[in-house]
Amino acid sequence: MTDKNGFFDLSRTGLTRRTTLKGLAAGAGLAVAPGFVRYSQAQSSAPIKIGFQCHRTGIGAAYGRWYDRTTAAAVKAINEAGGINGRPVEVIIEDDGTDPGRGAEVVGKFATQHKTDIVYGTLFSHVVIGSAPAAGEAKMPYFVVSEGHHVASTKLNRYVFQPGITDVKSQIQAMAPWIAANAGKKVTQIFPDFAFGYDHRDYLPPALKAQGAEVIAQIAIPPTESSFTKYFPQIPAETEVIYHVMVGPAVLTFVKELGEFYGSSRPQLFGFIDSLEATDINSPGLEFLDGSHFWEGSPRYAQTDDSAAQKAYRAAVGIDDNGAAVGDPKDVSTAAHMFGCWETLYVVKKAMEDAGYKGPEDRAKLVEATEALTEFAEGPEHPQGPKTFNGKIHQCFGIQNISKVEGGRLNVVHKTKIEDGLYEPEGDYTTQPL
Amino acid sequence: MKEASPAKAYTLHLGVIVLLFTLSFVLPEYHHGLLARIMVLAVFAMGYNLLFGYVGLLSLGHAMFFSAGLYGAGLAVIHLGWSVPAAFAAGLACGALLALVIGLLALRTSGVAFMIVTMMFAQVFYLIILYFAAWTGGDQGLVVPQSARVLVLGDTSLGLTDPTVRYMSALVLFSIVLLAALGIVRSRYGRVLVAIRENEERTKMLGYDIFSNKLVAVVVSGTICAASGAAYALLFGYVGSTFASVQYSILPLLWVLLGGAATTLGPLIGTLFMYYVVDITSGYTSAYLLIVGIALILLVLFFPRGILGTIRQRWLGWLP
Repeated sequence: MTDKNGFFDLSRTGLTRRTTLKGLAAGAGLAVAPGFVRYSQAQSSAPIKIGFQCHRTGIGAAYGRWYDRTTAAAVKAINEAGGINGRPVEVIIEDDGTDPGRGAEVVGKFATQHKTDIVYGTLFSHVVIGSAPAAGEAKMPYFVVSEGHHVASTKLNRYVFQPGITDVKSQIQAMAPWIAANAGKKVTQIFPDFAFGYDHRDYLPPALKAQGAEVIAQIAIPPTESSFTKYFPQIPAETEVIYHVMVGPAVLTFVKELGEFYGSSRPQLFGFIDSLEATDINSPGLEFLDGSHFWEGSPRYAQTDDSAAQKAYRAAVGIDDNGAAVGDPKDVSTAAHMFGCWETLYVVKKAMEDAGYKGPEDRAKLVEATEALTEFAEGPEHPQGPKTFNGKIHQCFGIQNISKVEGGRLNVVHKTKIEDGLYEPEGDYTTQPL
Repeated sequence: MKEASPAKAYTLHLGVIVLLFTLSFVLPEYHHGLLARIMVLAVFAMGYNLLFGYVGLLSLGHAMFFSAGLYGAGLAVIHLGWSVPAAFAAGLACGALLALVIGLLALRTSGVAFMIVTMMFAQVFYLIILYFAAWTGGDQGLVVPQSARVLVLGDTSLGLTDPTVRYMSALVLFSIVLLAALGIVRSRYGRVLVAIRENEERTKMLGYDIFSNKLVAVVVSGTICAASGAAYALLFGYVGSTFASVQYSILPLLWVLLGGAATTLGPLIGTLFMYYVVDITSGYTSAYLLIVGIALILLVLFFPRGILGTIRQRWLGWLP
């Protein structure tokens, strides 16, 4: 193509001194304009801001402390490997006091004051449920590490996800085959008389029935109770397994009194480690648990067959072979749950990279990209094990560990399969508008 | 206390309402949302103040009235699919009825016994919420669906999740309760309540029925607290047993003591102060409750009657 009109001919008289000066001034202005340069830079290297809703105070403080450490370790690892989409990750922490009212305020604060890209890290169910409306209204992706069934129940909203830890319904279902085959077929349940206990009350009987076993008694203990001896005569004599999920400070009394009630002859005991997270298994009064079994999301004690990824994860977070803080054996971790923080942050990274996430205007894309995820392979990003993810119910499914208390430590004796914990979806978040 | 000039008092209160209205247009987004929540909870404190400040009855059970409104409105929406106005009315009715029953029983006591009896009733109410977890959601609580939180006025639908609608709804409730509280304390009835607080025996001797006057005060106080709870459920979309725990009975006491008991604007000042002290200090340290405690001690030392109470005592005797 020829330049017939001399459009590119710089010697043309049309290029006056004034035009030249204007052009030079504009070019120079553009080149030195600080706002423009900074903006360009901000798009490429400004940090991804993650609002961490942390239980620093209140009843969840022990979990909060370890969620905080795991989060810091994961973010350090992510940043050292180049961040998310080439941008560093910055975590902004707000304490929710483990209170649902304050939790909702904190979500609002992240959305409107800190202007974080997502909110993450909540554990206690009532805080998650209390905060979820605020997240939905602010259209703020809210990644929780709670293990409650509330996310998968599809009763929250499209912005709430739980991709890093399995939910309690799945955990209970996965335990049933092992209990029926190895511990006994006549099960008595002892659980706290509030929502955490109700999940076990409602989901265990059908799961056991499917395995040819049965729940022969359910004993609900009021949350205000501090002594349990009077409940033990309600345990039927033919009980082969006591399934217990007591939580809170009363658990030590519960175990001690159960030991006094049964003496040396007792049924099999099966419990959820939630009761004893951040508690030394060798605490006085817990001797009665020797030989009993526990569910663990991720093993507290280092196992002989730990993968390289699991070893690297434990080293990064700073827990020793006994699951306590390196250098402080009394500071016992919440190992069975806190791995969920590590894995959730890697899911966020993956989803943001899939979505080409640039900023809050891409939150809807991030939601869709997260919903599109299906599998997480075991490895450095998912050291607990492989998982599948159901985008319709915003919930992951994974393996579970059954550990035996022996010699003052918890040894994993069985790992379930992902399929053991799968159940029919109860709804579909993806039909909700974004 | 000097006789309050009606014009001055009403001008001040209307001024506060206008100020809150104006703030809606200038506040940054976060503080806008926080102030909406503070106004709703200040209504809770105002309800508490009516009984504590003006009648001198120290209750440690007002969380039950707040949560009666919270659950009355929230469950009506969740389980019965009621509209926002009907659910709000249900919340009010629950609070009023509960306050009537509790008043009839608890007013047989006074002083420390009244405090303990109200605390026990509140604990019973809290455990009832846990017991009927199938309907109340127990300790986890329930979400009030966003789709149901819509106020239909003729042809107009106002989503209560919209920040402006939420702020204005909170302001309307706050304004109505503030002006009503001012009207009550300036009325003949309000003076009887203060007389009961100051000298119950003398008031009785003058021919006033102490029990019925106190009972009306408990019912009005409980209903105002229930209005706050109902508004909380509908505006913020969550009902949970935490709001029925003893902590939420102590909070309004704290807000009222800080702002100034027996002052109409004290509950707002106290709630505002506590919220911002917690909000700001928690950004710096997890030991923020220690700082809150120190702030409270300083306030007690230098503002023994609360912020507005001390201002009234020292400088503005006409403050209602």
